[in-house]
Amino acid sequence: MLAGIARELIGLFVDDGMLALAIIAVIVIAAIVASLIPGATAGVVLLAGSLFALLANVLAVQR
Amino acid sequence: MTWATFAPAVSAAFLGSLVEAIEALTIVLAVATVRGWRPAGLGAAAGLASLALIVAGLGPLLDRVPLLLLQLVIGVLLLLFGMRWLRKAILRAAGVIPLHDEAAAFAAGTAELREHRSRLDWLAGLASFKAVLLEGLEVVFIVIAVGAGRGLLLPASAGALGACALVAGAGFVLHRPLARVPENALKLAVGVMLSAFGVFWTGEGLGVAWPGADLAIVGFAALFLLVAALGAVAVRRPLEVAA
Repeated sequence: MLAGIARELIGLFVDDGMLALAIIAVIVIAAIVASLIPGATAGVVLLAGSLFALLANVLAVQR
Repeated sequence: MTWATFAPAVSAAFLGSLVEAIEALTIVLAVATVRGWRPAGLGAAAGLASLALIVAGLGPLLDRVPLLLLQLVIGVLLLLFGMRWLRKAILRAAGVIPLHDEAAAFAAGTAELREHRSRLDWLAGLASFKAVLLEGLEVVFIVIAVGAGRGLLLPASAGALGACALVAGAGFVLHRPLARVPENALKLAVGVMLSAFGVFWTGEGLGVAWPGADLAIVGFAALFLLVAALGAVAVRRPLEVAA
Protein backbone atom coordinates (compact mmCIF):
# COMPACT_ATOMS: atom_id res chain seq x y z
CA MET A 1 0.00 0.00 0.00
CA LEU A 2 2.89 2.36 0.82
CA ALA A 3 4.31 1.91 -2.68
CA GLY A 4 0.88 2.71 -4.10
CA ILE A 5 0.62 5.87 -1.99
CA ALA A 6 4.16 6.91 -3.04
CA ARG A 7 3.25 6.35 -6.71
CA GLU A 8 0.12 8.44 -6.33
CA LEU A 9 2.08 11.20 -4.55
CA ILE A 10 4.53 11.42 -7.46
CA GLY A 11 1.54 11.35 -9.80
CA LEU A 12 0.28 14.56 -8.16
CA PHE A 13 3.09 16.44 -9.87
CA VAL A 14 4.00 14.27 -12.85
CA ASP A 15 1.20 12.97 -15.04
CA ASP A 16 2.60 13.54 -18.51
CA GLY A 17 6.39 13.05 -18.49
CA MET A 18 6.98 15.33 -21.48
CA LEU A 19 5.12 18.24 -19.88
CA ALA A 20 7.01 17.82 -16.60
CA LEU A 21 10.31 17.68 -18.49
CA ALA A 22 9.43 20.79 -20.51
CA ILE A 23 8.51 22.72 -17.32
CA ILE A 24 11.80 21.75 -15.65
CA ALA A 25 13.73 22.75 -18.80
CA VAL A 26 11.99 26.16 -18.86
CA ILE A 27 12.83 26.72 -15.17
CA VAL A 28 16.50 25.76 -15.70
CA ILE A 29 16.77 28.16 -18.69
CA ALA A 30 15.07 30.92 -16.66
CA ALA A 31 17.52 30.30 -13.78
CA ILE A 32 20.49 30.61 -16.17
CA VAL A 33 19.07 33.83 -17.65
CA ALA A 34 18.44 35.19 -14.12
CA SER A 35 22.07 34.60 -13.19
CA LEU A 36 23.32 36.34 -16.36
CA ILE A 37 20.84 39.19 -16.83
CA PRO A 38 19.35 40.89 -13.77
CA GLY A 39 15.84 42.33 -14.03
CA ALA A 40 12.67 40.88 -15.44
CA THR A 41 14.16 39.04 -18.47
CA ALA A 42 14.20 35.70 -16.64
CA GLY A 43 10.56 36.29 -15.71
CA VAL A 44 9.62 36.75 -19.36
CA VAL A 45 11.47 33.52 -20.24
CA LEU A 46 9.70 31.69 -17.40
CA LEU A 47 6.21 32.94 -18.26
CA ALA A 48 6.49 32.61 -22.05
CA GLY A 49 8.21 29.24 -21.72
CA SER A 50 5.54 27.85 -19.39
CA LEU A 51 2.70 29.04 -21.65
CA PHE A 52 4.44 27.63 -24.73
CA ALA A 53 5.17 24.29 -23.01
CA LEU A 54 1.50 23.93 -22.07
CA LEU A 55 0.17 24.84 -25.52
CA ALA A 56 2.73 22.66 -27.35
CA ASN A 57 1.93 19.69 -25.10
CA VAL A 58 -1.82 20.03 -25.66
CA LEU A 59 -1.39 20.47 -29.42
CA ALA A 60 0.87 17.41 -29.53
CA VAL A 61 -2.08 15.30 -28.36
CA GLN A 62 -3.87 16.19 -31.59
CA ARG A 63 -1.08 14.75 -33.74
CA MET B 1 -0.73 42.12 1.51
CA THR B 2 -3.03 43.18 -1.33
CA TRP B 3 -6.32 41.83 -2.66
CA ALA B 4 -4.42 40.66 -5.76
CA THR B 5 -2.62 38.08 -3.57
CA PHE B 6 -5.31 37.50 -0.95
CA ALA B 7 -8.30 36.83 -3.23
CA PRO B 8 -6.60 34.38 -5.63
CA ALA B 9 -4.91 32.55 -2.73
CA VAL B 10 -8.12 32.03 -0.75
CA SER B 11 -10.26 31.21 -3.79
CA ALA B 12 -7.62 28.79 -5.16
CA ALA B 13 -7.49 27.05 -1.76
CA PHE B 14 -11.30 26.95 -1.56
CA LEU B 15 -11.95 25.73 -5.13
CA GLY B 16 -9.03 23.27 -5.16
CA SER B 17 -10.13 21.80 -1.83
CA LEU B 18 -13.72 21.60 -3.09
CA VAL B 19 -12.62 19.35 -5.97
CA GLU B 20 -10.44 17.15 -3.74
CA ALA B 21 -13.10 16.86 -1.04
CA ILE B 22 -15.72 15.81 -3.61
CA GLU B 23 -13.41 13.05 -4.89
CA ALA B 24 -12.70 11.82 -1.33
CA LEU B 25 -16.41 11.94 -0.46
CA THR B 26 -17.26 9.72 -3.45
CA ILE B 27 -14.95 6.94 -2.17
CA VAL B 28 -16.10 7.29 1.46
CA LEU B 29 -19.75 7.12 0.34
CA ALA B 30 -19.01 4.06 -1.81
CA VAL B 31 -17.46 2.33 1.23
CA ALA B 32 -20.40 3.37 3.43
CA THR B 33 -22.95 2.10 0.90
CA VAL B 34 -21.39 -1.35 0.58
CA ARG B 35 -19.85 -1.99 4.01
CA GLY B 36 -21.65 0.49 6.28
CA TRP B 37 -20.74 3.77 7.94
CA ARG B 38 -18.49 2.22 10.60
CA PRO B 39 -15.53 1.24 8.36
CA ALA B 40 -16.11 4.30 6.14
CA GLY B 41 -16.14 6.67 9.12
CA LEU B 42 -13.22 4.99 10.90
CA GLY B 43 -11.12 5.01 7.71
CA ALA B 44 -11.92 8.67 7.05
CA ALA B 45 -11.18 9.60 10.68
CA ALA B 46 -7.84 7.73 10.55
CA GLY B 47 -7.02 9.56 7.29
CA LEU B 48 -7.83 12.92 8.88
CA ALA B 49 -5.76 12.04 11.98
CA SER B 50 -2.77 11.08 9.78
CA LEU B 51 -3.13 14.37 7.90
CA ALA B 52 -3.23 16.30 11.18
CA LEU B 53 -0.04 14.53 12.31
CA ILE B 54 1.71 15.33 9.01
CA VAL B 55 0.67 19.01 9.20
CA ALA B 56 1.65 19.27 12.89
CA GLY B 57 5.00 17.60 12.18
CA LEU B 58 5.99 19.43 9.00
CA GLY B 59 4.24 22.77 9.55
CA PRO B 60 6.80 24.28 11.97
CA LEU B 61 9.62 23.31 9.57
CA LEU B 62 8.28 25.80 7.01
CA ASP B 63 9.41 28.71 9.20
CA ARG B 64 12.98 27.40 9.17
CA VAL B 65 13.33 27.30 5.38
CA PRO B 66 14.84 30.49 3.87
CA LEU B 67 12.08 32.48 2.10
CA LEU B 68 13.70 32.51 -1.37
CA LEU B 69 14.30 28.75 -1.28
CA LEU B 70 10.73 28.15 -0.04
CA GLN B 71 9.32 30.31 -2.85
CA LEU B 72 11.44 28.52 -5.46
CA VAL B 73 10.58 24.99 -4.31
CA ILE B 74 6.89 25.79 -3.91
CA GLY B 75 6.86 27.63 -7.24
CA VAL B 76 8.38 24.68 -9.11
CA LEU B 77 5.99 22.19 -7.47
CA LEU B 78 3.05 24.53 -8.15
CA LEU B 79 3.97 24.79 -11.82
CA LEU B 80 4.14 20.99 -12.10
CA PHE B 81 0.91 20.52 -10.11
CA GLY B 82 -1.08 23.38 -11.63
CA MET B 83 -0.11 22.76 -15.25
CA ARG B 84 -0.91 19.05 -14.82
CA TRP B 85 -4.45 20.03 -13.71
CA LEU B 86 -4.69 22.59 -16.50
CA ARG B 87 -3.58 20.14 -19.22
CA LYS B 88 -6.14 17.58 -18.09
CA ALA B 89 -8.91 20.19 -17.87
CA ILE B 90 -8.10 21.47 -21.39
CA LEU B 91 -8.15 17.94 -22.84
CA ARG B 92 -11.43 17.19 -21.03
CA ALA B 93 -12.99 20.46 -22.22
CA ALA B 94 -11.91 19.58 -25.77
CA GLY B 95 -13.44 16.12 -25.52
CA VAL B 96 -10.09 14.36 -25.98
CA ILE B 97 -10.37 12.54 -22.64
CA PRO B 98 -13.68 11.83 -20.87
CA LEU B 99 -14.96 14.13 -18.14
CA HIS B 100 -14.46 12.96 -14.55
CA ASP B 101 -17.82 11.50 -13.58
CA GLU B 102 -18.43 11.18 -9.82
CA ALA B 103 -21.49 8.96 -10.40
CA ALA B 104 -19.35 6.58 -12.50
CA ALA B 105 -16.54 6.68 -9.94
CA PHE B 106 -19.08 5.85 -7.22
CA ALA B 107 -20.49 2.95 -9.25
CA ALA B 108 -16.99 1.60 -9.94
CA GLY B 109 -16.03 1.95 -6.26
CA THR B 110 -19.10 0.12 -4.98
CA ALA B 111 -18.73 -2.62 -7.62
CA GLU B 112 -15.10 -3.20 -6.60
CA LEU B 113 -16.01 -3.37 -2.91
CA ARG B 114 -18.88 -5.79 -3.59
CA GLU B 115 -16.42 -8.14 -5.33
CA HIS B 116 -14.59 -8.49 -2.03
CA ARG B 117 -17.69 -8.97 0.09
CA SER B 118 -16.13 -11.93 1.93
CA ARG B 119 -13.12 -9.88 3.06
CA LEU B 120 -12.91 -8.05 6.36
CA ASP B 121 -14.32 -4.58 6.88
CA TRP B 122 -10.84 -3.19 7.45
CA LEU B 123 -10.13 -3.47 3.72
CA ALA B 124 -13.08 -1.16 3.07
CA GLY B 125 -11.87 1.13 5.85
CA LEU B 126 -8.46 1.17 4.19
CA ALA B 127 -10.01 2.41 0.92
CA SER B 128 -11.70 5.22 2.85
CA PHE B 129 -8.44 5.99 4.71
CA LYS B 130 -6.40 6.11 1.50
CA ALA B 131 -8.89 8.38 -0.27
CA VAL B 132 -9.02 10.88 2.59
CA LEU B 133 -5.23 10.80 3.09
CA LEU B 134 -4.31 11.26 -0.59
CA GLU B 135 -6.95 13.86 -1.44
CA GLY B 136 -6.19 15.55 1.90
CA LEU B 137 -2.47 15.72 1.06
CA GLU B 138 -3.40 17.56 -2.15
CA VAL B 139 -5.47 20.00 -0.07
CA VAL B 140 -2.53 20.51 2.33
CA PHE B 141 -0.17 21.09 -0.60
CA ILE B 142 -2.50 23.63 -2.21
CA VAL B 143 -2.88 25.51 1.10
CA ILE B 144 0.89 25.58 1.72
CA ALA B 145 1.60 26.49 -1.91
CA VAL B 146 -0.74 29.46 -2.10
CA GLY B 147 -0.42 30.51 1.55
CA ALA B 148 3.23 30.12 2.56
CA GLY B 149 5.68 32.82 1.67
CA ARG B 150 3.14 35.64 1.92
CA GLY B 151 1.72 35.02 5.40
CA LEU B 152 -1.55 33.73 3.96
CA LEU B 153 -1.53 30.26 5.53
CA LEU B 154 -4.45 31.05 7.87
CA PRO B 155 -6.81 32.54 5.25
CA ALA B 156 -5.89 29.77 2.78
CA SER B 157 -6.51 27.13 5.49
CA ALA B 158 -9.86 28.75 6.27
CA GLY B 159 -10.80 28.59 2.58
CA ALA B 160 -9.81 24.91 2.39
CA LEU B 161 -11.60 23.99 5.64
CA GLY B 162 -14.71 25.84 4.44
CA ALA B 163 -14.73 23.81 1.23
CA CYS B 164 -14.20 20.50 3.07
CA ALA B 165 -16.96 21.34 5.58
CA LEU B 166 -19.31 22.30 2.73
CA VAL B 167 -18.71 19.01 0.88
CA ALA B 168 -18.89 16.89 4.05
CA GLY B 169 -22.16 18.61 5.03
CA ALA B 170 -23.67 18.15 1.56
CA GLY B 171 -22.59 14.50 1.48
CA PHE B 172 -24.01 13.89 4.97
CA VAL B 173 -27.37 15.38 3.97
CA LEU B 174 -27.64 13.94 0.45
CA HIS B 175 -25.95 10.54 1.04
CA ARG B 176 -24.88 10.39 -2.62
CA PRO B 177 -21.93 11.66 -4.67
CA LEU B 178 -21.98 15.31 -5.71
CA ALA B 179 -22.19 14.55 -9.43
CA ARG B 180 -23.69 17.88 -10.48
CA VAL B 181 -20.74 20.02 -9.47
CA PRO B 182 -19.00 21.31 -12.65
CA GLU B 183 -15.77 19.62 -11.66
CA ASN B 184 -13.88 20.24 -14.90
CA ALA B 185 -14.66 23.98 -14.87
CA LEU B 186 -13.43 24.09 -11.25
CA LYS B 187 -10.27 22.18 -12.17
CA LEU B 188 -9.63 24.54 -15.07
CA ALA B 189 -10.05 27.59 -12.83
CA VAL B 190 -7.81 26.12 -10.11
CA GLY B 191 -5.24 24.98 -12.68
CA VAL B 192 -5.10 28.52 -14.08
CA MET B 193 -4.64 30.06 -10.62
CA LEU B 194 -2.08 27.51 -9.41
CA SER B 195 -0.04 27.85 -12.61
CA ALA B 196 -0.12 31.66 -12.25
CA PHE B 197 1.08 31.35 -8.62
CA GLY B 198 3.70 28.84 -9.78
CA VAL B 199 5.21 31.28 -12.31
CA PHE B 200 5.10 34.09 -9.73
CA TRP B 201 6.76 32.14 -6.88
CA THR B 202 9.36 30.50 -9.14
CA GLY B 203 10.25 33.94 -10.51
CA GLU B 204 10.46 35.40 -7.00
CA GLY B 205 12.69 32.48 -5.97
CA LEU B 206 14.97 33.23 -8.93
CA GLY B 207 15.14 36.89 -7.92
CA VAL B 208 12.87 38.27 -10.65
CA ALA B 209 11.37 41.69 -9.87
CA TRP B 210 7.89 41.32 -11.36
CA PRO B 211 6.39 44.51 -12.82
CA GLY B 212 3.31 45.39 -10.74
CA ALA B 213 4.47 43.07 -7.90
CA ASP B 214 1.56 40.89 -6.66
CA LEU B 215 -0.76 42.28 -9.34
CA ALA B 216 1.29 40.34 -11.90
CA ILE B 217 -0.46 37.13 -10.69
CA VAL B 218 -3.76 38.38 -12.14
CA GLY B 219 -2.09 39.04 -15.49
CA PHE B 220 -0.46 35.57 -15.47
CA ALA B 221 -3.82 33.97 -14.70
CA ALA B 222 -5.41 35.82 -17.65
CA LEU B 223 -2.64 34.58 -19.96
CA PHE B 224 -2.95 30.97 -18.75
CA LEU B 225 -6.74 31.17 -19.25
CA LEU B 226 -6.23 32.50 -22.77
CA VAL B 227 -3.78 29.72 -23.66
CA ALA B 228 -6.12 27.13 -22.10
CA ALA B 229 -9.02 28.42 -24.21
CA LEU B 230 -6.86 28.44 -27.37
CA GLY B 231 -5.62 24.92 -26.64
CA ALA B 232 -9.14 23.59 -26.01
CA VAL B 233 -10.44 25.12 -29.25
CA ALA B 234 -7.42 23.89 -31.26
CA VAL B 235 -7.70 20.24 -30.19
CA ARG B 236 -11.49 20.07 -29.88
CA ARG B 237 -12.79 16.82 -31.30
CA PRO B 238 -15.77 17.23 -33.65
CA LEU B 239 -19.02 15.86 -32.24
CA GLU B 240 -19.97 12.50 -33.67
CA VAL B 241 -23.31 12.73 -35.44
CA ALA B 242 -25.49 9.67 -35.21
CA ALA B 243 -26.35 8.22 -38.62
